[in-house]
Amino acid sequence: MTPKRKKRLILIALMVAGVGVAIAVALKAFNENLMFFYTPSAVAGGEAPADHLIRVGGLVTNGSVKRQPDGLTVTFDITDYAETIKVQYTGILPDLFREGQGIVARGRLQDGNLFVAEEVLAKHDENYMPPEVADALKTAHKEGTAPGGETP
Amino acid sequence: MIPELGHFALILALSLALVLSIFPMIGSLNNTPGWIALARPAAWGQFFFVAIAFGCLVSSFLTNDFSVVYVAQNGNTLLPDVYKISAVWGAHEGSLLLWVLILSGWTVAVSLLARHLPAVMLARVLSVMGMVSIGFLSFLLFTSNPFARVFPAPLEGGDLNPLLQDPGLAIHPPMLYMGYVGMSVAFSFAIAALIGGRLDAAWARWSRPWTTVAWVFLTIGITLGSWWAYNELGWGGWWFWDPVENASFMPWLAATALIHSLAVTEKRGAFKRWTVLLALLAFSLSLLGTFLVRSGVLTSVHSFAADPARGLFILIFLCIVIGGSLTLYAARAPSVSSGGRFDAFSRETLLLGNNMLLVIITAFVLLGTLAPLIYDALGWGKISVGFPWFNRMFVIFTPFLVVLMGMGPLARWKHQDPGELARKLRVALLVSLGGGILAALPLLHKGSVWAGLAVMLSLWIVSSLALSLRQRLRYRKGLAGLWQDLGAKGSGSYYGMVVAHFGVAVFIIGVTFVMQYEIEKDIRLSPGESTELAGYTLRFDGVQAHQGPNYRADRGTLHVLKDEREIALLHPEKRVYTVQTKPMTESGIDVGFTRDIYVSLGEGLGNGDWSMRLYYKPFVRWIWFGGLLIAIGGLLAASDRRYRIALRDQAPVTVGKDGLIASGGA
Repeated sequence: MTPKRKKRLILIALMVAGVGVAIAVALKAFNENLMFFYTPSAVAGGEAPADHLIRVGGLVTNGSVKRQPDGLTVTFDITDYAETIKVQYTGILPDLFREGQGIVARGRLQDGNLFVAEEVLAKHDENYMPPEVADALKTAHKEGTAPGGETP
Repeated sequence: MIPELGHFALILALSLALVLSIFPMIGSLNNTPGWIALARPAAWGQFFFVAIAFGCLVSSFLTNDFSVVYVAQNGNTLLPDVYKISAVWGAHEGSLLLWVLILSGWTVAVSLLARHLPAVMLARVLSVMGMVSIGFLSFLLFTSNPFARVFPAPLEGGDLNPLLQDPGLAIHPPMLYMGYVGMSVAFSFAIAALIGGRLDAAWARWSRPWTTVAWVFLTIGITLGSWWAYNELGWGGWWFWDPVENASFMPWLAATALIHSLAVTEKRGAFKRWTVLLALLAFSLSLLGTFLVRSGVLTSVHSFAADPARGLFILIFLCIVIGGSLTLYAARAPSVSSGGRFDAFSRETLLLGNNMLLVIITAFVLLGTLAPLIYDALGWGKISVGFPWFNRMFVIFTPFLVVLMGMGPLARWKHQDPGELARKLRVALLVSLGGGILAALPLLHKGSVWAGLAVMLSLWIVSSLALSLRQRLRYRKGLAGLWQDLGAKGSGSYYGMVVAHFGVAVFIIGVTFVMQYEIEKDIRLSPGESTELAGYTLRFDGVQAHQGPNYRADRGTLHVLKDEREIALLHPEKRVYTVQTKPMTESGIDVGFTRDIYVSLGEGLGNGDWSMRLYYKPFVRWIWFGGLLIAIGGLLAASDRRYRIALRDQAPVTVGKDGLIASGGA
C-alpha cells in the first residue's frame, strides 16, 4: 500500500468511526426521549410507568377544574368516559383550555395516580380533537362504557 | 359568475400544463423544433390562467361572496382588507392555489431568465415543471376545489383563524412556498440533465442561482415563521420541533447541502451524481412536507382538517415523483463520468464532510418526525419524540459542522497541506478558545459551559472568515479590490458566503444564550403590584377592556422600570375574536438588541388580579437577525455576475480558476 493510499484509508476510517459514534449516541438518546401516550383507562389499569415522562389525554370533566389559593396551581380531571384521572398543573393554562375540551398533558405520574403535568396542550382549533384523545374515546365507547356515541 | 370563471381558468391551466409536459419533452427527444418551441408559450399561458383563477378568489374574498364555500369558511365582512387577501391562503384550498400560482410563476421566470440555455435543455426543464404542475393542479381540481359553491349562501363568513391575523403570517406562507416550490426548479434542472445525459459544470452553473434563490426564500420563510410563533403563540418559544416546522426545515437542510455540493460540481466537476441526488432529495422533502401538512396524519398546530382522500392523493403523487426520478437516476447515473479528482485533504473533502453531516441531520429530523407515524402503524403504541432529543442532536452535530465551516473557505481545492492550513488558522483557534473559556467562566456574567461552547464556535467562524477576507483582499490589493469585486467584477458568491456564515455565528449565539440564560416567571399580580425580573421592575397597572375592529380584548398595562426609570410600557392582550369566539393571547414585548422583556396574560383571577407569564429573553433577536443575514448572504451569492456571463457562454467550464482564491460561494 502506498503511503498516500494509507493516509486516505486512515482518514476514511476516522470519518466512519466518528459518524458511527455520533449516530449511536443520537439513537440512544432517541430511545430515552420517546414519550408514550396513555389513556386514563391505561393509567387506572396500572399500565403507565410511574415517575417517567409520559403523555396522557382525555376530556376535561365538567366542574372538576379547581384553583389553589396561589392562583397558579390548578387541578382537574380528565376522562375517556371509562376511567378518570386527576391532573395537577402549575402555571398558565393554554387559551383553549376549558371544561369539556379534549387536551393532552405531558408530565409524570406520582403516587395515587396523580398526574403532575409540566405542559398542557389544547389545540388552536376549537373543533380539533387530538387524535389520541379521539381514539381513546372511541375505544372506550366500543367497550360499551361511554354514553351514547357523542363525540364533541 | 366570477368563481366559475376562476374554476374554468384552472381547467384551462391544467390543459396547458398537459401540453407543456408532453409536447416539448417529446419534441426534445426526437428533435422537432416546432414542439420544442411550444414550451415557452405553454408556460406563459399556464401562468396567465392560474393568475386569473387566483385573482378570482381574491375578488370573491374582497366582495364577501359567501356563496363560495371557501370564502364562507374563511372570510368575514368585518375582516380588514389586508387580511381578506391573506385569508386567500389561510386554509387548505387557497394555499394550494397559491402554491400552483408560485409554481407557474417560477416556470415563467425560468423561461424568461434562462433564455441563454440551449433550447432543448430549456424545453426539458419547463416540461418537467409542467409535470409537477399537473400533479398539483389536478390535486386542486379533483380534491380541493376552492371555487365550490354553497346554496343558500350564508349571510356572514366564518372568519379567518385569529392566529393568522398578523402581518408576519400574512407573508410567511408565500415566502415558504416560494422556497418549497423553488426546489422544483433545481429538481427540474437535475431531471432534464439526467434525460440529456449531460451532467457537467455548465449544468451546475445554470442551476446554482435558482437553487440559491429558492433556498433564500425558504430561509426567510422559516425565520418569519419562527418570529411569528414567538409573537403570536404567547409562550415565548421560537421553535417547537413541531412536525410542520420540521417539514420546512428538512428541505432547507437538504438544500443547504445542495448549494455546497453544487459549488464543487461547478468549480471542480466532482460530486456530480451526489449533487443530482441531493436535488432530487430536496424536492422530495418539499413534497413530503406538503403531504405531512395536508393529510393531517400528524398532530400539529398547523394541521388543517384531515381528509384521507387528499392525503392519499399526495402520497401517490409523492411515490410517482420519488420513484420515477430515482428510476431515471439509476438508469443514467452509472454513465456519468466521475470528474475532478481530489486528495484526501482538500476543500472538496471538507465540503464532503459538510454534506455528510447535513444529510445525517436531515435523516435524524426525518426519523424524529416520522417515528410517531411508524410506531402507530406498527402498533407499538402512541409516542411523541421530545424536543430535548432534537436539541441534543443538534448539539452533537453542529460543532463538527462549524469546525468544517471555519476550515473550508481557507482550504485549497484539490490538495491542501494540513500543516499549512493549521498555520493559517492558528490565530482563529487562539481567539475562539480564549473567548470560549472567558465566556464559560463566571467573570462578566454567570458562566456556563454551553455558553462557552457557543462563543467558541461563533468566534471560530468569525475569525476564520476575517482571515479568509484578509487573504483575499491582500491578493486583490486591499479595499480597492473589494469595490472592484462587488461592482464590475461581481464575485458576489464569495461575499455571500462570508455574510451567510457570519449569520450562522450570530444565530448560534442567539440560540444558546436564550436557552441558557432565559428567565421564565409565572406569577399572580394585583393592580399596583410590582415584581422583579432579571434586574428590571415590572409594575402591573391592571387590565382594561378594549375594543378592536373584529375582536374584544382585555388589555393589561405594565410599566417596565430599570433603576427607577421607566423604559417601556407594555400592553399584553387577551383577545376574543367576535365571530369564532376564540381566545387569543397577544403578548407585550419590549424589544432590545441584547434582550427582550416578554409578557403574556394568563387569566383573570377576580378582584382585578391576573395570572401572567413573564420572560427575560437575552439575545433572542439574534436568532432572526442571524437568519436574515443567512438570507442576505444567499441573495448576494445569487447576484454573482458570473452566472449571467456564463449563460451567454455556452461552452461548459469545467475547471475553477485557482485554488488559493476562495471564489466559490461554498
